[in-house]
Amino acid sequence: MTEPRTLFDKIWASHLVDRQEDGTCLIYIDRHLVHEVTSPQAFEGLALAGRKVHRPMQTLAVADHNVPTTDRSKGIADPESRTQVDTLEANGKAFGIRVFGMSDDRQGIVHIVGPEQGFTLPGMTIVCGDSHTSTHGAFGSLAFGIGTSEVEHVLATQTLVQAPAKNMRIRVEGKLPAGATAKDIVLKIIGTIGTAGGTGYVIEYAGEAIRNLSMEGRMTICNMSIEGGARAGLIAPDETTFAYIKGRPMAPQGADWDKAVAYWSTLVTDEGAKFDTEIVIDAAEIIPQVTWGTSPEDVVPITGAVPNPDDADDEGKAKAMRRSLEYMGLTAGQKIEEVKIDRVFIGSCTNGRIEDLRAAAAVAKGRKVDPSVKAMVVPGSGLVKKQAEAEGLDAVFREAGFEWREPGCSMCLAMNADKLEPGERCASTSNRNFEGRQGRGGRTHLVSPEIAAASAITGYLTDVRKFQA
Amino acid sequence: MDKFEVLTGVAAPLPMINVDTDMIIPKQFLKTIKRTGLGKSLFFEMRYDDAGKENPEFVLNKAAYRNAKILVSGANFGCGSSREHAPWSILDFGIRCVIAPSFADIFYNNCFKNGILPIKLPQEICDKLMKAAENGANATFTVDLQAQEIQMPDGEKVPFSTDAFRRHCLLNGLDDIGLTLEKKPKIDTYETARKTEQPWV
Repeated sequence: MTEPRTLFDKIWASHLVDRQEDGTCLIYIDRHLVHEVTSPQAFEGLALAGRKVHRPMQTLAVADHNVPTTDRSKGIADPESRTQVDTLEANGKAFGIRVFGMSDDRQGIVHIVGPEQGFTLPGMTIVCGDSHTSTHGAFGSLAFGIGTSEVEHVLATQTLVQAPAKNMRIRVEGKLPAGATAKDIVLKIIGTIGTAGGTGYVIEYAGEAIRNLSMEGRMTICNMSIEGGARAGLIAPDETTFAYIKGRPMAPQGADWDKAVAYWSTLVTDEGAKFDTEIVIDAAEIIPQVTWGTSPEDVVPITGAVPNPDDADDEGKAKAMRRSLEYMGLTAGQKIEEVKIDRVFIGSCTNGRIEDLRAAAAVAKGRKVDPSVKAMVVPGSGLVKKQAEAEGLDAVFREAGFEWREPGCSMCLAMNADKLEPGERCASTSNRNFEGRQGRGGRTHLVSPEIAAASAITGYLTDVRKFQA
Repeated sequence: MDKFEVLTGVAAPLPMINVDTDMIIPKQFLKTIKRTGLGKSLFFEMRYDDAGKENPEFVLNKAAYRNAKILVSGANFGCGSSREHAPWSILDFGIRCVIAPSFADIFYNNCFKNGILPIKLPQEICDKLMKAAENGANATFTVDLQAQEIQMPDGEKVPFSTDAFRRHCLLNGLDDIGLTLEKKPKIDTYETARKTEQPWV
């Protein structure tokens, strides 16, 4: 009998092409997503070496980081951004790769597009030159971000040289209380394990609260695995997963579908499999979360206060906290709900899907954005945008005073024109609150779409439960 | 990729934890389609003020460290995004070795692909190296990858270890893709088997 194996062990074993004596492995890559920022140097490398893309059909390209979220009929104003997007399209043509162009409805953030198209499937290995590739782990696929040299390696060989990761399981047991969302679960997890807690690991998320999430909620969780230091997150596929995939444009059909589901159903961690680390979190205790500092581990409940660096465990952390407080313009002990905001950003690969927009719209409906706040909603893809418009969500947002934009990464990383001004404070549904992330001197508080919408209305970081009673 | 054998140079101290990739190279510099020319933008927001003038307080702007070849920093160095622009900017500045108690996985991996040696050492040893690095122009270290040791300015030697395969590639400046293509028959066999077992892939 074989040893009980974790889900990660199973996927790893099924992709092993070669194992060297020192343990270094060559693993096969099933799906490769490509975007404009981390690929040009890889294609250039291929061209210089006279190499081709080994499996163009297993590769999908879409521009997302640089695209404008306002009127696109005149193209991209910034010449450097335009060059990157044009380069992606040219490389797609030259190497025979599908590219969803800016005018294609299917264009959007690469991590929203993959699942939406059924390009992302359980049991696969999926890579992209982007750390939030971990998102696709929600389908029970091993998905992780790679650098540009590795992008070139995958393009040329459809494989990667890797060492196996360690196994961590995080069980979120029990039922989530009202007002708490997938975003709050993952922020709570990062606050618990720390931003380096998952380094060297693949994290499998399990437990009742994870099972009860929709595919979109699961994607939000896996998306932020990297903020906890883990390159990949995993959730075992189940009926929720299969129902989401069925009928998507690139999903298997007919006999292949049945065969695929039979295989996907085996993708669970065996009873008795060993994890190097195991953590249990009680869902019932998860209060809506918000970050106060400049690291995603700097979380507090929305009902809480800004912590005091004097209470830090060590001097390194205390120093980092003082620097964060100064950057964020906050003082220890300040109540979170008394923090005034200037901007609201709803979108990103973390929270730019249709359910996120529905949740935010439910809070915004019939209310008005505070006149002191500039709020924007950026759908994660053209198809999310279309769906939201069919449901009238765009009208709800517009009537409340939100801007309704074209899809892309937008102010999650501020590579396009959407950015914070120095000192501006933003309630953001994105994934990183690093210094300068949303614009030089900008101050980011990571929150759920519900809290972002509630905060837009009051002008302060706000516990959404007050709006939901 | 350039070989990495022995590196002698000034070590710059950057005593901060969680140095993230946005700090190393902010997004406005990711719009390039080249690998080179990023050194002047390394640590941009800490290195320059709002008007683009050098911040004299920042370590790499101090006379002693302007030609630093080694960087000593805090835990979880390189956390954040997968942007290889981070190691590219470090390399383009002239730094070929980063020493820290721990590194984020993707950044760590990206270093090896660019001839940069990231060295993980226990906190107390990093503290000692940090202290030595604070000695300005006298902070000259020698990093010997073959022997896997760092020689400090006072002659003391600190051993370190690096994964055997990565060390081999770095010492010889080997191109990963070339090595993998030698295994092409194995990739073909794998793909053929996969086609029958999982035709939907």
